[in-house]
Amino acid sequence: MSVAGSAPMLEVQNVARHFDVSKPILQRLIARERRRTLRAVDGISFDIPTGTTLSLVGESGCGKSTVARLVVGLYRPSFGRVLFDGQDLAEARADSAQRSRMQMIFQDPYASLNPRWRVVDIVAEPIRAFKLLKDKKAILARVGELLTQVGLSPLDGQKYPHEFSGGQRQRISIARALSSNPEFLVCDEPTSALDVSVQAQILNLMKELQTRLGLTYLFISHNLAVVRQVSDRIGVMYLGKLVELSPAESLFERPRHPYTRALMEAIPDLEMTGRQRIPVGGEVPSPITPPPGCTFHPRCPLANERCRVEVPVMKPANDAMVACHAVEEGRD
Amino acid sequence: MKAFFDSDIWWSFRRSPVTVVSAIMAFICVVGAAFASFIAPHNPFDLASLQLMDAFKPPSWEAEGDPVYFLGTDDQGRDMLSAIMYGARVSLMVGFCAVIFSTLVGVTVGLVAGYMGGKIDSLLMRIADIQLTFPSILVALLVDGVVRAAVPREVHDQIALFVVIFAIGISNWPQFARTVRGSTLVERNKEYVQAARVIGLSPLRIMRSHVLPNVMSPVLVIATLNLSFAILSEATLSFLGVGVPPTQPSLGTLIRIGNDFLFSGEWWIAIFPGIALIVMVLSVNLLGDWLRDALNPKLR
Amino acid sequence: MSLLQVKNLRVEFPTRRGTLVALDDVSFDIAPGEVLGVVGESGAGKSMTGAAIIGLLEPPGRIASGQILLEGQRIDNLPYEKMRRIRGRQIGAIFQDPLTTLNPLYTIGRQLVETITTHLPVGPGEAREKAIGWLELVGIPAARERIDSYPHEFSGGMRQRVVIALALCAEPKLIVADEPTTALDVSIQAQVIAMLKTLAREKGTAMMLVTHDMGVIAETADRVAVMYAGRISEIGPVRQLVRHARHPYSQGLMGSIPPLDRRVERLAQIDGAMPRLSAIPRGCAFNPRCPKVFDRCLVDRPELMDAGTTRAACWLYAEGAPA
Repeated sequence: MSVAGSAPMLEVQNVARHFDVSKPILQRLIARERRRTLRAVDGISFDIPTGTTLSLVGESGCGKSTVARLVVGLYRPSFGRVLFDGQDLAEARADSAQRSRMQMIFQDPYASLNPRWRVVDIVAEPIRAFKLLKDKKAILARVGELLTQVGLSPLDGQKYPHEFSGGQRQRISIARALSSNPEFLVCDEPTSALDVSVQAQILNLMKELQTRLGLTYLFISHNLAVVRQVSDRIGVMYLGKLVELSPAESLFERPRHPYTRALMEAIPDLEMTGRQRIPVGGEVPSPITPPPGCTFHPRCPLANERCRVEVPVMKPANDAMVACHAVEEGRD
Repeated sequence: MKAFFDSDIWWSFRRSPVTVVSAIMAFICVVGAAFASFIAPHNPFDLASLQLMDAFKPPSWEAEGDPVYFLGTDDQGRDMLSAIMYGARVSLMVGFCAVIFSTLVGVTVGLVAGYMGGKIDSLLMRIADIQLTFPSILVALLVDGVVRAAVPREVHDQIALFVVIFAIGISNWPQFARTVRGSTLVERNKEYVQAARVIGLSPLRIMRSHVLPNVMSPVLVIATLNLSFAILSEATLSFLGVGVPPTQPSLGTLIRIGNDFLFSGEWWIAIFPGIALIVMVLSVNLLGDWLRDALNPKLR
Repeated sequence: MSLLQVKNLRVEFPTRRGTLVALDDVSFDIAPGEVLGVVGESGAGKSMTGAAIIGLLEPPGRIASGQILLEGQRIDNLPYEKMRRIRGRQIGAIFQDPLTTLNPLYTIGRQLVETITTHLPVGPGEAREKAIGWLELVGIPAARERIDSYPHEFSGGMRQRVVIALALCAEPKLIVADEPTTALDVSIQAQVIAMLKTLAREKGTAMMLVTHDMGVIAETADRVAVMYAGRISEIGPVRQLVRHARHPYSQGLMGSIPPLDRRVERLAQIDGAMPRLSAIPRGCAFNPRCPKVFDRCLVDRPELMDAGTTRAACWLYAEGAPA
C-alpha cells in the first residue's frame, strides 16, 4: 500500500450529472409528458489523496462510469465542483501542462485503440499532442521504452491493434496513458473484458506501475474481489449516490450499508464452504424514476417508515462514511 | 503491394467471377474513354475531316457498311465508335466529378453533424431531409434552369459542364451525409475517440485523424454505386437536352441524336451508345455491390 | 447410462489459409440430473462445444469427426428439421443475451404457449396455464398479468428468467446454458443461478453450463471440464478440481482468481496468452506457458489420463514423469 500524500490529487464536491432523456418535443406534447431527467450521478463527494487508489463499485447503471468521465472532463457536472490538484477541473483542463497529468484507461480493449493506426502512433499520440518530444527518433525511443515498461516488445510498435490479444491491447492502452507522464489515472473497468488469467497480469502490472511511478488511481469496477486487490479506499455506489465510503480493509471486514452486505453476499463462493447464500431480492430500479427516501429501501431488509420518506446522508460510522438510517440508529 | 495481393479483399475479388468480369469491363471503359484522343480511330470533332458523304453508314458487317467505320456513322458522318469513346469520356468525367463533389459535401456535413450533435446536427440533417424530398433529377433540372435563366447563352455553354456536375452532385450529398453521420455517431462513442478527447485534442483534429478514416469504407461503397447513378443522371439530362453542350456530346447526347433516327432504319446511332452506357453502368454497379459485401465483415 | 455422450468430437473451420481445428478430440458425458460445468478462456472452444451439441455451429464450422449421442441416439448427423425438433423437445438452450432468444414481435406468453403446444400433447388453454406456472417458477412477479407483455417491457434480469422458462417449458432432458448469467449484475446473477440449480435438481434435468466464471461453476456444477485451445485439459468432480487442480493450466487458472477474503500483494498469473487456432504449438498446447514443462511436452500431445482425483491431459501424470 502506498503512503498517502498530504494534499488530495482529486476532490469531488457534491457533484451531480443529469441527462435529459425526454422524448422529442412534438412527441412529448402529444403524449402530454413532462421532461424526463436521468440522474446518473446525484450529488456525490469524495477525495483521492496523492499516490493512493480509490475504487468505486456498484452494479450497472449506478453511475460509476459517469463519475469516471466527469473527473477527466469528458462530461461537465450539472452541479458541484471537481478540483484537480486544488484547481478547478475546467481550468486545469484548459492548461495543457495540467491536462497531461491526467489520463484514462478504458474497459473495452477492442474499442479503445484506433484500428487504422499503428501501435507506435497510438502510443505516441499524447506525446505529439502535448509536444513533449519533437524529434522523431526520440519519440520512437520513448515509445519503445513505454512498450517495454508494459511488457511488450518495442518491435510491436509496427503492428496494428488487430494483431494483438485482448490483454496485450490493454497493455497498449496503458502504454498510451503513461506516455504523457501522468500522475492521475482513471481506470474504467480495465479488466472486466479480460479472461481471468490475463486479468491477473494487468492488475499486477497496474500495481507495479503505481509503486514505481507513484500514480494516483480512480478505479471503477463491478468486481469486489478485484477491487479488494488494488484499493486503499472503496466507495460503494447505488443509483447515482455513494452509500458507503470506507477504507478497503474495513469494508470487507465489516460492511455496514445493507447494500454493501448484499453485494458481498451475492458473490459466488469459490471456497465451497457450502454456506447457503441469501441473494438480495428485486432489481435495481430505473434511475429516471428512483424510489423516494432511501433509493435502496424497496430491496432492503432493514427498511422502515423513515427509509421510505427521508433521504439518508453520508454520516461517519467509525472509520467509514455510511448513508443509512438503520446504521445511524443502530438497527443493523 | 504484396500485402494487397495477400489481403482478404483481393481474395474475395478473385473468388467472384462476375466481379472480375465487371472489373475488366469497367477498366476497358475507363481506358477507352480516358485515352480516346490517342486510340480512337477518328476524331469526330475535327470538322475538317468530316464528310457528309459518309453520313448514315451502317456498321461494317452490314451490306452497305464501310470497314473504316466499324460501328457506322451518324447523320453528320461522324464515326460512331470514336464518338462513343469521346462521349464516354465526358460521361465518366461528369460522373466522377459529381461523385467527388457530393462526397466532399456529404462527408463533411455528416462528420460535423454526427460529431457535434445537438442543434448543429438537427439543422444539418433537416436540410438533408428537405433535399431528399426532391427527386434528384428535379433538383438537377432546377439548377440547370436557374443557371440558364441567369447567364447569357455563350457563357452558359462554357460553364454547362460545371453546371451539370454541380446539379448532379448537389442532389446526391444527403445520402453520404446520412451514412457518415450514422457511422460517426457509432465511432464517436468508441473509447479510442474518448481517449483522444481526454488528451484534449480539438474536435477538428479528432474528426480528421480518428473518425474520418474509420467511416470511409461505407463511403467508398456509396461512392461507387453513386458513380453509376451520376452517369445515368448525366445521360438523362443530356437526353432531355439540358445537360452538356452539343459541342461536347456525352453518351446521353448521342442517344438523343440517335433517337431521331431509331425508327427510320438507322438503329445503330442510338443502340451502340446505349449499349456502351449499359455496360459502363452495370459494371460499376456490380463492382459497388461486391465492394459492399467485401467490406462488410458480417457477410464474410 | 449417460444422457449425453460426446465422443472424440472434432470441429473444423475451413478458411482460405487452411483448415482451423476449433475442437480437437473432445469427449465427455453427462448423466441425467447432472450439472457439468465447462470453463476456459475466450477462444478455448467451450461455447463451440455447446453449439455443436445443439446443432447450431456457425458456418463454415462443421463437425469433421466424432459423435454426439443423446440417450444412445446419434444427433450430430441429423437433418436440420429433425434437429430443430430435438432442440426444442429434448435439449433446451439458454444463451448469454436474452434478446437473441426472444422474438421481440410476440408476447412472451405466445412464445411460451407455442413452445409448449409444439412439444407437449396439451391444448392452448392448458398450455397457457402451464406457461403462467413456469413464469411463477422462474420468479416473475404477477406472472398472470405480465404474460401478455412483450420482451422489451422486461428488465434484463427478468428477460433472462423468461428465456430460462422458455428453455425449460418443453421439459427437455438436457439444458445447454452458454454464459447464462454473464450479462447480469451480481445481485441478479445470484438469484438466477440459485433458481437454475433448484429447477434442474427438482426436474431431474441435466445441464451443461458453459461459463468463464469459476465462482458460478463452484456453486452450481457437479463436475467440471476445463478447456484449453480446443481440447479438454482436465475433467473431474468440482470440489477436487477447484481445490486441488492437477493440470498446471487449471492450477494457474484457479490461482489467478483474485480472492475476496484477503488482499495479496501480487496475484498468481499465467504469463502469455492462449495460442491462436492457427498457431497451436506442437506437443501439449499449453507448453509455452507451463511452469512445469519438460521435454516430452514439447513433442507428444497428452491425452486425458488418470491424475488421482481428476483426469488431466498432462504428462506429469504419466509413467516416467520427472518428480
